[in-house]
Amino acid sequence: MEVFLQQLINGITLGSIYGLIAIGYTMVFGIIGMVNFAHGDVFMVSSFIALVAFLLLVSLLGSSSIALVLFVVLIVAMLFTSLVNWTIERLAYRPLRGSFRLAPLISAIGMSIFLSNFVQVTQGPRNKSIPPMVQGDFVLFTKNDYPVTLSVKQLIIWIVTAVLLVCFWYLVTRTRLGRAQRACEQDQKMAALVGVDVDRTISMTFVIAAALAAVAGTMYLMYYGVVSFADGFVPGVKAFTAAVLGGIGSLPGAVIGGILIGLIETMWSAYFSIDYKDVAAFSVLAITLIFLPQGLFGRPDVEKV
Amino acid sequence: MASGAPAKRVDAVRALRDAGVTALLTFGLFLPLIGFQTVTDVRNDLILNTRWPLLFAVVALVGFSRLAYSFAIEPWLQNRALKPAVEPAAWRGKVARWIIPFAIGFVVAYPAIVLATAGFGRAVKWIDNFGIQVLIYVMLGWGLNIVVGLAGLLDLGYVAFYAVGAYSYALLAKTFGFSFWILLPLAGTLASFWGILLGFPVLRLRGDYLAIVTLAFGEIIRIVLINWVDLTNGYAGITSIPRPTFFGIPFNADDDGFAAVFGLEYSPIYRTIFLYYLILALAFLTAFVTMRLRRLPVGRAWEALREDEIACRSLGINTTNTKLTAFAMGAMFAGFAGSFFAARQGFISPDSFTFLESATILSIVVLGGMGSQIGVAIAAVVMIGGTEIMRELDFLKLVFGSTFDPTQYRMLLFGLAMVLIMIWRPRGLITTRQPSVVLKERKAIASDLVKEGHG
Repeated sequence: MEVFLQQLINGITLGSIYGLIAIGYTMVFGIIGMVNFAHGDVFMVSSFIALVAFLLLVSLLGSSSIALVLFVVLIVAMLFTSLVNWTIERLAYRPLRGSFRLAPLISAIGMSIFLSNFVQVTQGPRNKSIPPMVQGDFVLFTKNDYPVTLSVKQLIIWIVTAVLLVCFWYLVTRTRLGRAQRACEQDQKMAALVGVDVDRTISMTFVIAAALAAVAGTMYLMYYGVVSFADGFVPGVKAFTAAVLGGIGSLPGAVIGGILIGLIETMWSAYFSIDYKDVAAFSVLAITLIFLPQGLFGRPDVEKV
Repeated sequence: MASGAPAKRVDAVRALRDAGVTALLTFGLFLPLIGFQTVTDVRNDLILNTRWPLLFAVVALVGFSRLAYSFAIEPWLQNRALKPAVEPAAWRGKVARWIIPFAIGFVVAYPAIVLATAGFGRAVKWIDNFGIQVLIYVMLGWGLNIVVGLAGLLDLGYVAFYAVGAYSYALLAKTFGFSFWILLPLAGTLASFWGILLGFPVLRLRGDYLAIVTLAFGEIIRIVLINWVDLTNGYAGITSIPRPTFFGIPFNADDDGFAAVFGLEYSPIYRTIFLYYLILALAFLTAFVTMRLRRLPVGRAWEALREDEIACRSLGINTTNTKLTAFAMGAMFAGFAGSFFAARQGFISPDSFTFLESATILSIVVLGGMGSQIGVAIAAVVMIGGTEIMRELDFLKLVFGSTFDPTQYRMLLFGLAMVLIMIWRPRGLITTRQPSVVLKERKAIASDLVKEGHG
């Protein structure tokens, strides 16, 4: 029971990170119907941007005011990653809009290869590890000499994710931009006819997706304290799995799917085999798509002639 | 400027403003990752170095390129758009007719050409790194072309079957000592069996979803190869895999070796040339079988499936069998290529079968223009040959200093090339399709009439 509770805490933490990335996949798929393969690498790039910002701030301010440093790092990472994703959309995806169906997918795969190799070339192939940013944990209770702990890092991830999800939910459901986004998702031509700037809305979707991925990237860096150029692919596929599991196109589905994938992965590692934890995530992906293609919260895809 | 069209003046203010904005954007984009570099210092702590000169060089380069675009390329593009489209010259048709025989002649004569120009010592490198490497990808591209180009089933886990072929050959040859020629068809059979096995669950899926599930299958197979250490030796891989023999004559320096039997001086080049012709034959086999299959009912069913699955079903085509045969045929050729790969390398490990390989093969098929065998071959030469050439560009060291290593930039440019080719030609290099059946006269189908599959 105590092992289970501990894994529950770890799983939700990991799942929050996946959920934040998954929102990016699901939003982009919802609005332009494309699997943004490069999104995992955008997440990895954001992690590197956070790393650079963190090192810079620590050398300027010292590590005394860690809360301030963390906050500034988060903002910096969100800003720069948004700029990166905005540019990617502008250069690699927009020229292909309305083109051959496979073209954006190949372009995104190319972008993904480009991004990971760009980071490898500019920052070196080695793992980058930093001393722990935040330390300390709360022991919730101890049973059979097994303490169930919630670390400060995990608490920060939970709080930041929750706060951002509320902001994001407000943005999508209550603002003009969110309305424009939902309109484009349903019918781009019609949205354009009633005065929605479709190009701008799609750009903003990529910006928001990148900002959320940057939050995930910063949290990932803070949680694990290590990042490498190859860290984009596997979290990317898992987040995509989360988006599919929740029902692609559904925003709450992405978050719930993310937490489910996080839980499945940690539980699998704890009770079965840590070597095969990625197999668990990939199998969930395959099984969901085969037996429940619309996911938990998605609309069924009706085939029309 | 063309005399007929009204010469449009370049708006210098606008051009400068655009260049400024682009430079500013580039500065913002590259500030964190080019402006700063994270390095490990002597105490093993991570510290930051700054690289301002490099950052400003990049920014200036991009800014000036934008300026050049406004002043030179944009007016040229506008002029070209104003001019009436010219009829393709007559010589283009003649060239097109002779290009295939010429290409076949070239690849058959390639080892001889290399031997004549590069000399005996350097020829091994050119035939092996360049010729064999490109041909493996041509063959894989043609194999995947059956699944993606003809049947319209998007497969992102093709490398799994390549791995099955490679491991089948390696394990069976090492454990039971069977020869390459027995194991080649066996590896193909096993791979196609896996193709059917993995094809079954995904019959209902289409498009991007199919791509993602096949990606997941590919990764699962790789993770199993890594972790099933008893069978596959995990990350360490399988070493000293038996090499193929020339009808029972091994390529070694022994008295019964190839060189001794034919009275030649021993050299590793004979094996390389043999392997080159072996993969060439396998690639031609793939192309030939595909060409013949296109004319059979099953091939036409594949292409019908690509165009419209619902129409296909309403015409009484068994889509289940059609899809499974496509998966099986594609996987079989991947299995052949895999066993050749294992025999050529003598060593295999899960590192050779990553998602990047699948992505590379799929991109070759799509960049070539789905369904076009010539296009796939051209794309393989451009993408794989291009990245292999990067290894040879030592003269760049003279330009950028001796620490500059062009091989580092191989995959970076590979990814960039994928994006650029897609933007330049979203439907791939060769977009016209040859119909497999003709009535009276042969006509090519223009790209705008070609519909992509949703299967």
